[in-house]
Amino acid sequence: MSEARLVVGPFNRVEGDLEVHLDVTEGQVASARVTAPLFRGFEQMLEGKDPRDALTVTPRICGICSISQSAAAARALGAAAGMEPTPQGAAMAALIHAVENASDHLIHFNLFFMPDFTRPAYAGQPWHRRVVDRFTAGQGGAVRAAVEARAQLMHILGLMAGKWPHTLAIQPGGVTLAPGPREKVRIEITLRAFRRYLETTVFGGKLEDFAGIETVSSLMRWDRGDAGLFIEIAQALDLDRLGRGSGRYLSFGAYPLAEGHGFAPGLWEGGPVPFDPSAIVEDLSHAWMLGPAAHPSTGETRPDAAMRSEAYSWCKAPRLAGRPVEVGALARQVVDGHPLAQALAGGGVLARVAGRLLELARTQVLMEHLCAAIETNARFMSGPVGRIENGHGAGLVEAARGALGHWLRVEKGRIAGYQIIAPTTWNFSPRDAAGIPGPLEAALVGAPVGEGEASPVAVQHIVRSFDPCMVCTVH
Amino acid sequence: MNLLWLQAAGCGGCTMSLLCAENPNVFDLLDGAGVNVLWHPAISLETGVEVSCLLSAVEAGEIPLDILAVEGAIARGPHGTGRYQMLSGTGRSMLDWLRALAPRARHVMAVGTCATYGGITTAGGNPSDAVGVQYEGALGGGALLASFRAGDGLPVINVAGCPTHPDWVTETLLLLKSGALGPADLDELGRPLFYAQHLVHHGCPKNEFYEYKASAEMLSEMGCMMEHLGCVGTQAVGDCNIRPWNGTGSCTSGGYPCIACTAPEFEEPRHPFTETPKIAGIPVGLPSDMPKAWFMALASLSKAATPKRIATNAIADRVEVTPTLRKPKGRT
Repeated sequence: MSEARLVVGPFNRVEGDLEVHLDVTEGQVASARVTAPLFRGFEQMLEGKDPRDALTVTPRICGICSISQSAAAARALGAAAGMEPTPQGAAMAALIHAVENASDHLIHFNLFFMPDFTRPAYAGQPWHRRVVDRFTAGQGGAVRAAVEARAQLMHILGLMAGKWPHTLAIQPGGVTLAPGPREKVRIEITLRAFRRYLETTVFGGKLEDFAGIETVSSLMRWDRGDAGLFIEIAQALDLDRLGRGSGRYLSFGAYPLAEGHGFAPGLWEGGPVPFDPSAIVEDLSHAWMLGPAAHPSTGETRPDAAMRSEAYSWCKAPRLAGRPVEVGALARQVVDGHPLAQALAGGGVLARVAGRLLELARTQVLMEHLCAAIETNARFMSGPVGRIENGHGAGLVEAARGALGHWLRVEKGRIAGYQIIAPTTWNFSPRDAAGIPGPLEAALVGAPVGEGEASPVAVQHIVRSFDPCMVCTVH
Repeated sequence: MNLLWLQAAGCGGCTMSLLCAENPNVFDLLDGAGVNVLWHPAISLETGVEVSCLLSAVEAGEIPLDILAVEGAIARGPHGTGRYQMLSGTGRSMLDWLRALAPRARHVMAVGTCATYGGITTAGGNPSDAVGVQYEGALGGGALLASFRAGDGLPVINVAGCPTHPDWVTETLLLLKSGALGPADLDELGRPLFYAQHLVHHGCPKNEFYEYKASAEMLSEMGCMMEHLGCVGTQAVGDCNIRPWNGTGSCTSGGYPCIACTAPEFEEPRHPFTETPKIAGIPVGLPSDMPKAWFMALASLSKAATPKRIATNAIADRVEVTPTLRKPKGRT
């Protein structure tokens, strides 16, 4: 029986630092340990600051989920201050947020995920030449087209949020800029151009047709655009079986609007089950963190400078009622009730990537609706967020890569506690006190490792299928 | 020209911003300039052993390193070990790698305010004991000594900003490539003058409000944000309002204050970011190069002279009073 231990790193195209330890037996991963090797300590930095400063500091946790952090901070602060955005302010914040999430999905597919199929290991595959042409890192036609389409879509952020990343445009009361008719038509025309790009390049067909797919078998027949190329590869490599998930999905709900969420919140386990946010606990048994396991509203962040040997990551292990959950675009679409996503539930690499493509198509449609509903004479800010003396609040939002929560406690006008659980904290968490591995650690078990493979390509597909954001994880 | 890009303790936002480059896109620009990306953590194919072998070859001098770009601050903690950021798969800290690779580089470029001066990673009590590549805040000497010089004889080039504008990074690369960036082209804090010789105030869409100190009282109002809302655009270097962000934007055009993100120690302003500190009701912090007495005199005079249009619009969220139209000369 052949056995080997592998350490995979530097692990790139994962937005930040990641190291994966694998025990390999008989050409398969027997167990995996996922290490986040960077500590920055944002939660500690925030303590003692004026609560409003969270709006400036927390977006800088992450250069790819910057607006998601901003939206979570604004919601947490608003909850503590007892204020809400105006309906049109909330809708514009949702549009700004959706632009970031759509951009992230695009970057993930084209720059982070697909280039792995250009590897020489796949040279014998009938699709290899096409993938090389489209997705060679930094060179491929799809890669170049994606950064251009994204840069142009982000003109909406230049127009309405000043810049990206790290805007201060989203506030507890709404947004800092009130759009007029001119801004509305500019957003509209930018969205039209983005739709044209999605339909000609990514999907090779109408977004509504892709978003209307209800079954896995019709998905597997989609043969157009770069999405079709991915489906062809997924068939050839049986990517649905690679890195399968637990089928337990959480979404905090994306884009809170006056009339409800753009994508619904909830918990899914073979069907919808009640979600209780108070059942979230962060376990520290295998993290280089000191203190007891706690709900984030009372939790703390004290790094273990001794880096004790039983622990192996700076990432805490969040658990919901004692169990791990998977978060992300697939989770969001499952929880929102999309039939294709529900049919894919519990799946592996195919399910996660198809879930993201599905959401990209649906997000474009959502952005168009939000744009059409802009009222150019409405109020976009309910009022200033003044000094908060005492209070607490949570901001639960959805970043591109899944559920993001901020929990804020204010005492005597200062931040007394600020805890953040990022999407990849859920997905890439280490083991908990009961020895239960995090979702990625579990999904990696069984992944094939070829003879002599030092950085197994199957492992890379699985890791990247989660669209991890390590810089958020190691806030 | 070989470029190696490392991500230290930061958010990766300067890379994400770089990908927003337009006319041409970042990949066409790098190709066109003859910049060969040896490895970039967000862009390159290579992972794991492929990368550690590459880094070792660069360290051994087997692959020439023309530009070392570092994004993110350098964690020194805990206890000076650098173990708060281990470069995964290598068993060595980023601090260690930086010190090993920098002497090999012809040019060293710190990208973003974390890499230049420590930035937001050093906010609060600086939990990871992070520093910039060659500065600790405004003080010379960071992960590298203040006396460090790269192969080109220059100190670390500090492309500061949180995040950096994509053009600040690409133009620095282009200037380096064409040999057109010398000691005289950097300011005293190592920032390229092509963008650091401007103030964020230059071209600010709120300039007419500023002229009369017609101030916004809360975010979303159109007036100048210097008096109440913490804006330091008159003191911050950057061409943000001359060279737009993401098409047409800037912080002030987006309706929120400049927080001088290109400056050392911007992360700790010692007051809430969106609130102007005042002494006896008078804002602290003068526009750069402005004598205080003159500023006070001009400010009180211009405030008194504020036209109704400007006073009204300053506290409105959209234009309420439009400019009075002048009739063509010679008609009554």
